[in-house]
Amino acid sequence: MKWDTCDASVQYLLHLGDDALILGHRLSEWCGHGPILEEDIALSNLALDLVGLARQYYQLAAQRIGNGMTEDRIAYWRSDREFRNHVLVEQPNGDFGDTMARQFYFDAFHFLQLEALQHSSDIELAAIARKAIKETTYHAQHSSEWVVRLGDGTDESRARITASLAKFWPFTSELFEPSSVDRAAHAAGWGPDVASLRGPWLDLVQEVLEQAELQLPEGHAKLLRGKSGIHSESLGFLLAEMQSLPRAYPDATW
Amino acid sequence: MSTPDQWPLWEVFVRSKNGLSHKHSGSLHAPDAEMALKNARDVYTRRSEGTSIWVVPSSAIVASAPDEKEVLFAPSDDKVYRHPTFYEIPDEVGHM
Repeated sequence: MKWDTCDASVQYLLHLGDDALILGHRLSEWCGHGPILEEDIALSNLALDLVGLARQYYQLAAQRIGNGMTEDRIAYWRSDREFRNHVLVEQPNGDFGDTMARQFYFDAFHFLQLEALQHSSDIELAAIARKAIKETTYHAQHSSEWVVRLGDGTDESRARITASLAKFWPFTSELFEPSSVDRAAHAAGWGPDVASLRGPWLDLVQEVLEQAELQLPEGHAKLLRGKSGIHSESLGFLLAEMQSLPRAYPDATW
Repeated sequence: MSTPDQWPLWEVFVRSKNGLSHKHSGSLHAPDAEMALKNARDVYTRRSEGTSIWVVPSSAIVASAPDEKEVLFAPSDDKVYRHPTFYEIPDEVGHM
């Protein structure tokens, strides 16, 4: 299967689905390890929301590819070079502050992205976005509340969330750097011009950081091309674990 | 008893649908009221149990003492006439 010669609408769906699946899988790694029972359940809920969203994108992509393509084939039988997620979402969980910083940056972007996708000229994609934005609004509230509490908490929580926000900051520039698929999607009216989301995203991020009495991190952007299949080493390890069962037992059903 | 290392305890009340009253669902730990509401949403309404949530600091609940059970509740045991079962209800009233 040549994924990068698929129909552009399929490639766009894969990009959207990959962000949701990879971040959802990362969050699912917290299951049973949360800092407190209540937060463990909250993180697992976020993971389930995102994996559920990935399924909707993949099901639609599979239907458009035809020839017996399935969502499982898309999730479990592609290699890291064939995944089109942002490099940010594949980054390891680190400590709770790292997970919240990664989530906070992505949630604000994801919210703006879905807001635009609700008005997509691709009506099936628009329908998925209208459903997902309710969940994502909650995700953004949840991660923002934590950034405020960690920033405005103890000396240690403040130092750690400051470090976490700085650590993931260089990964955020990729969100607003259009790939060829982003450009095609925008030209066709399926999705937003991602570069135009940068301003509103900064506003959302800055508003929460002010509440948390934290500074916007400084630092250089990384030149990242996850959306073209060039990933960090972390994705390979993540996929090795996530895909191991169906690859070892291709006939397994669950 | 909460120690400085532990977040305060909250009691969670969930209304399952409009018109019904909030019912006690359980309790949870949270650093403040706002997070208690969010945690309650995640812990107690994952399977569409609710349309509204109340959270109350457990420390704000005043409870009757277990050893006062007799004094408080036993006297009503032999006053069956307080149950509205001694009246003929006309059919027209329907379901009460």
